[in-house]
Amino acid sequence: MCLAIPGQILEVVDESNRLAKVDVAGVQRNVNIGLLDDDGDGVGPGDWVLIHVGFAMSKVDEAEALETRRMLESMGEDYEQELEELKASIIE
Amino acid sequence: MKYVDEFRDPALGEVLAGEILGLVEPGRHYKFMEVCGGHTHSIYKYGIDDLLPANVELVHGPGCPVCVIPMGRVDDGISLAHQPDVIFTCFGDMLRVPGSAGTLLDAKAEGADIRMVYSPLDALRIAKANPQRPVVFFAIGFETTAPSTALTLKRAKAEGVSNFFCMCNHVTIVPPLRALLDSPDLRLDGFIGPGHVSTVVGVRPFEFIPTEYGKPISVAGFEPLDVLHAIHMILTQLKDGRCEVENQYARVVPYDGNPRALQVMSEVFELRPHFEWRGMGFISQSGLKLSEAYADMDAEIQYGVPGIRVADPKACQCGEVLKGVIKPWECKVFGSGCTPERPIGTCMVSSEGACAAYYNYGRFAREREVV
Repeated sequence: MCLAIPGQILEVVDESNRLAKVDVAGVQRNVNIGLLDDDGDGVGPGDWVLIHVGFAMSKVDEAEALETRRMLESMGEDYEQELEELKASIIE
Repeated sequence: MKYVDEFRDPALGEVLAGEILGLVEPGRHYKFMEVCGGHTHSIYKYGIDDLLPANVELVHGPGCPVCVIPMGRVDDGISLAHQPDVIFTCFGDMLRVPGSAGTLLDAKAEGADIRMVYSPLDALRIAKANPQRPVVFFAIGFETTAPSTALTLKRAKAEGVSNFFCMCNHVTIVPPLRALLDSPDLRLDGFIGPGHVSTVVGVRPFEFIPTEYGKPISVAGFEPLDVLHAIHMILTQLKDGRCEVENQYARVVPYDGNPRALQVMSEVFELRPHFEWRGMGFISQSGLKLSEAYADMDAEIQYGVPGIRVADPKACQCGEVLKGVIKPWECKVFGSGCTPERPIGTCMVSSEGACAAYYNYGRFAREREVV
């Protein structure tokens, strides 16, 4: 549960609840981006974020995101498990 | 960007390992604690300790949210799950943590409606889809996770969802570190600071470690090079006679953390006078509960829980593992009575737990071969 996994924001789907659709290694799910609202202009489509339990926790640049993903992929089972749990998530 | 690219150069790992060798004084033993379970995982997965000189020892800290939950809290959760009509939700890792009379998974097999969720927002969705049934979310985690629970509760309140409740087991990172530093059991020379927690709390809360206890700390990322780099930074401080908080993970961790997340937490939570930690006993002001404004969503208040303190199983040495006093393989039941498939203690449950990490990456087998 403690992993923070990188994803790219595709679109904001619920402005008032600050939900955005993200792509995490091909899995597209909604996450909350409200915790990053104070971070300058917040985050929006195209931005990369680290996601933890359905919330974007940090904005990162693309190189950092891809490198983090590469490291997580090398972890194998634990990352697979996290992706499976993300796939089962329906945040609305 | 250039820094990041260079930083990822595999040759840099060798350079760092070489420089680390040059930084240590031959006759001195160095003991550094990696606070976060994510670091423990990286260290075992990538064999980082094998790259270090023999006199640099890494010990594992209390930063695994599943590992620190005491048995009594699991029992309290199970009692809520057995309440009539309740849908009990929690993260997957919690399902296999043993209470005094079994796990949440056992309770599920006995008929309790227990559902694994990825996010507290999934638990809220379940509550909205089942308005006639109480839905309890069993919240665990350090400051990394607490803001997510807080924002979910805030939304539930704003939307008037009256059947959504939280059993709050959130904990904070500084009090257990202080408890460890005050403990005579352990002589530490420095800390590898937690990365993800620090994205929320920032670096500032760790300043007491150098100023009050005279130990250096470097907040670190999770890649093998991050951990090596942090060790390099701590050793450099010791060699230079400096003692401060450094931020190895500055590319992700801002000095002041995430003000929005901290604000949401302070709105929704307040500190408990004390909270019990697995193997570490009660630590003052180390746990969070829902604030008065959210008391109507507090499952402990609305339903009541037994709240009985349960001693850890005698054979289990999770407490000593969590305090860094013993290594996972030094526990009496490691790999025999306690395995990831049938854990006795929490450290064997979560993949961030020191015992599970050590067990899963074959280090145990390797040690045995050497012996």
